[in-house]
Amino acid sequence: MEPRIGFRNTKSVIFKWVIIFFAFIITIPLIVVLLYIIKQGVTQVNWHFLTHVPAPPGETGGGIANALMGSFIMVLMASIVAIPVGMLAGIYLSENPNTKLAYYSGLCVDVLQGVPSIVVGIVIYVWIVKPSGGFSAIAGSVALALMMLPIIIRSTEQTLKLLPDSLKEAALSLGVPYHRVIIKVIIPCGFAGILSGITLSIARVIGETAPLLFTALGNNYFSTNVTGPMESLPHVIYSYATSPYDDWHDLAWGASFILLMFVLTLNIVTKVLTRKWKIQL
Amino acid sequence: MENPIVKAENYNGYFGDNHVVKDVNISIKKHEVIAVMGPSGCGKTTFLRGINRMHELIPGGTSKGKILLDGQNVFDMNVIYVRYKIGMVFQRPNPFPNLSIYENVVAGYMLNGIKMSKADKDVIVERSLTSAALWNEVKDSLHKKGTFLSGGQQQRLCIARAIAMQPELILFDEPTSALDPISTSSVENLFHELKSNYTLIIVTHNMQQAARVSDKTAFFYMGELVEFDDTKKMFTAPADQRTQNYITGRFS
Repeated sequence: MEPRIGFRNTKSVIFKWVIIFFAFIITIPLIVVLLYIIKQGVTQVNWHFLTHVPAPPGETGGGIANALMGSFIMVLMASIVAIPVGMLAGIYLSENPNTKLAYYSGLCVDVLQGVPSIVVGIVIYVWIVKPSGGFSAIAGSVALALMMLPIIIRSTEQTLKLLPDSLKEAALSLGVPYHRVIIKVIIPCGFAGILSGITLSIARVIGETAPLLFTALGNNYFSTNVTGPMESLPHVIYSYATSPYDDWHDLAWGASFILLMFVLTLNIVTKVLTRKWKIQL
Repeated sequence: MENPIVKAENYNGYFGDNHVVKDVNISIKKHEVIAVMGPSGCGKTTFLRGINRMHELIPGGTSKGKILLDGQNVFDMNVIYVRYKIGMVFQRPNPFPNLSIYENVVAGYMLNGIKMSKADKDVIVERSLTSAALWNEVKDSLHKKGTFLSGGQQQRLCIARAIAMQPELILFDEPTSALDPISTSSVENLFHELKSNYTLIIVTHNMQQAARVSDKTAFFYMGELVEFDDTKKMFTAPADQRTQNYITGRFS
């Protein structure tokens, strides 16, 4: 008996160090990517870079002002549609988990989440770009909204499912009508979780190139016209990086750096806000 | 005789095909404390939740028969109004975690969108918390979240929340089962004080508690109302053999 115990202790210790090792290993790729992009990109970023549109080939300088504005407009428009729709659908799924509708729409949400982003782009091309006669920021926003929806729906649903029934009962027993229970009690109590789903969905789509290639296309000029083609951050990276000019490659690194900082900031802000607004049940 | 505040006529409660409350007839007078006791699964909670129609919120929960509140059948009344008129306190304290103590007390008004002046709210908050014997403990921290309180304080906060609506009737669903003995006695003491203004119906499976706090006791067994009488009589000379068996601990 005695020697077996020693052997089993050793196995436990080895196991523990193996999982620590792998937990450490997975942080390496992220750190390497981060450092590399920062090293390549940070020198490109200056006021000129942020406030100018791309320069014609042969001229020096040029920036990403059009892409910043484009990404902002399209993500904003996508959010305006996807956030309320996603939240409402998520509320339905968490409130009525055993209905047929919940089963099938839940299934659709999962499938939608798995649809490759390029396919979303092609579908929107056929649905909106072709009938409307041209590429547009609106079409791009629709594609982005479609990609945000499943994330928002699922995170809303999961958050609200964790709230105890007793909370709803407390409100209902005071004679509060159902819609007010949802708006005044359920949503505020799950707000931190819903918010984190929303910001994660934004972080997810802000870097998407594929759905925008066939929809918003891209635009070398500054444009706020949502019915015409519009530049975006991921697309400007794509077109700078695939160009034959070295100084444009540098600009692509600069844009990558900006995009990365966006996503990183969004994630950190989400973490902080969720912790701050988390409601102790 | 004075009109009863609650009168059940052939009340039946179901979960799907499961018949959990069978033909209950009971008449409860104003300003009485009624204890409803019985073993687990005897239908006492279902009966209680039938009164303010919370029972039907549970999937498969249906009711038959009549429950008259001040002579009016609750099943013919607007459900929102029924619940607005009847206070309820649950097994586990459930203050709204997103609201402060102050807001929790006036939650019944706030969540229903009833606008009130700050002065009116102040009055209601102080009066309700005082009635719930909580005012002295929380008067300096009214704007802290209600969930920072201890379990017993939270439960008294929930009682204050019910009182704030000025109901005639307050239902308690095993209100002390999640509390420690000290908190339990603070809540029990409160029942004696609330009696002068409210009618209380308290579901409990603690017989000592039923004996301590109530004027009358109803004993439920297997979905039936076996006996309903003065608490003293129930515990000294029960009329039914099943009651006798239950209070002497021959089954639980």
